[in-house]
Amino acid sequence: MADTAHAQVDEHHYTATGIDHRKLAIWTFIASECMFFASLIGTYLVYKGRDVSGPRPHTEWLLNGRMQEQILEIPLVTFGTSLLLFSSFFVVLALSGAQRGNRKALIGWLCATIFCGIFFVGMQVFEFTHFYHRGMGYTTNLFASTFYTLTGFHGTHVTLGLIWLTTVLVVALRGKLPPEKSLNLEIAALYWHFVDVVWIVIFPVVYLIR
Amino acid sequence: MHATATHASEHVHPTWQTYTKVALILFALTFLEVGAYEVVHRHAPVGLAIALEPIVVEVLLLLSALKFALVAMFYMHLKSDGTLLSSIFAFTLLLAAVMISALMIIFGYLYYVAPTVNPLK
Repeated sequence: MADTAHAQVDEHHYTATGIDHRKLAIWTFIASECMFFASLIGTYLVYKGRDVSGPRPHTEWLLNGRMQEQILEIPLVTFGTSLLLFSSFFVVLALSGAQRGNRKALIGWLCATIFCGIFFVGMQVFEFTHFYHRGMGYTTNLFASTFYTLTGFHGTHVTLGLIWLTTVLVVALRGKLPPEKSLNLEIAALYWHFVDVVWIVIFPVVYLIR
Repeated sequence: MHATATHASEHVHPTWQTYTKVALILFALTFLEVGAYEVVHRHAPVGLAIALEPIVVEVLLLLSALKFALVAMFYMHLKSDGTLLSSIFAFTLLLAAVMISALMIIFGYLYYVAPTVNPLK
């Protein structure tokens, strides 16, 4: 009876490696995601500078006989990058709150994380819309296709991370995320940090390196 | 005994003070990245811009790698979660780097060395 009660409280399932199987699973998933984004980044780099027509990411280009400025907006994306870094900071504070049983900190920092994530996705939607109105559709040139594919897939991952964190927030609001179940948030946070580190690579490769 | 020790070590995560220090360093590195870009590409080619221009790609990649390592070590807890998870991640990153390099070498060969068989030209 006591053993059953103990098993219900301690829901950690350790593998032969001594690591919880859920944690091992999310790291294996992250490893596969690394290869996925490596293929997208590799494709972007292979086709970088091979366009025969504009828009161009870092230089002026000609449209209907008029010179256009470079398409990328560095200040806007720097703001988005800062938001994503903020969100990574906030989610570790939320995890710290969950592990200490501080419900107020858990919910507050988790809300801040989701808020930053929503603004990042909003920034990407604004950027894509702005590019489209400046004449850069998905099939306009090689840069457009590889740019939209790479950053679009990243934005999709951020959106999925937001959905995941929101479900964890709902669980926390219902009071069903005690310290012994904080691994549920830790796993979601690992995924969130992964989308952050992917952006840490994308930001210089796409936006800063000419 | 070994398993118990591993379980215990999984939960020794950094404190909020460490998280805050890491966040400040990450913002400083981002500021340096954008600063390097602005100095080299937006300003007149004098002084720092001339010195930085030949190495700006290496500087940006180095700063990016530092940020990546900080997030992985402290926020993703690889520093405190043992060597197995770090090994999985490091091995994958190595594979990813090899794949990107291979793609660039193959397409570079097609484009520059063997232009007659290059489907892109």
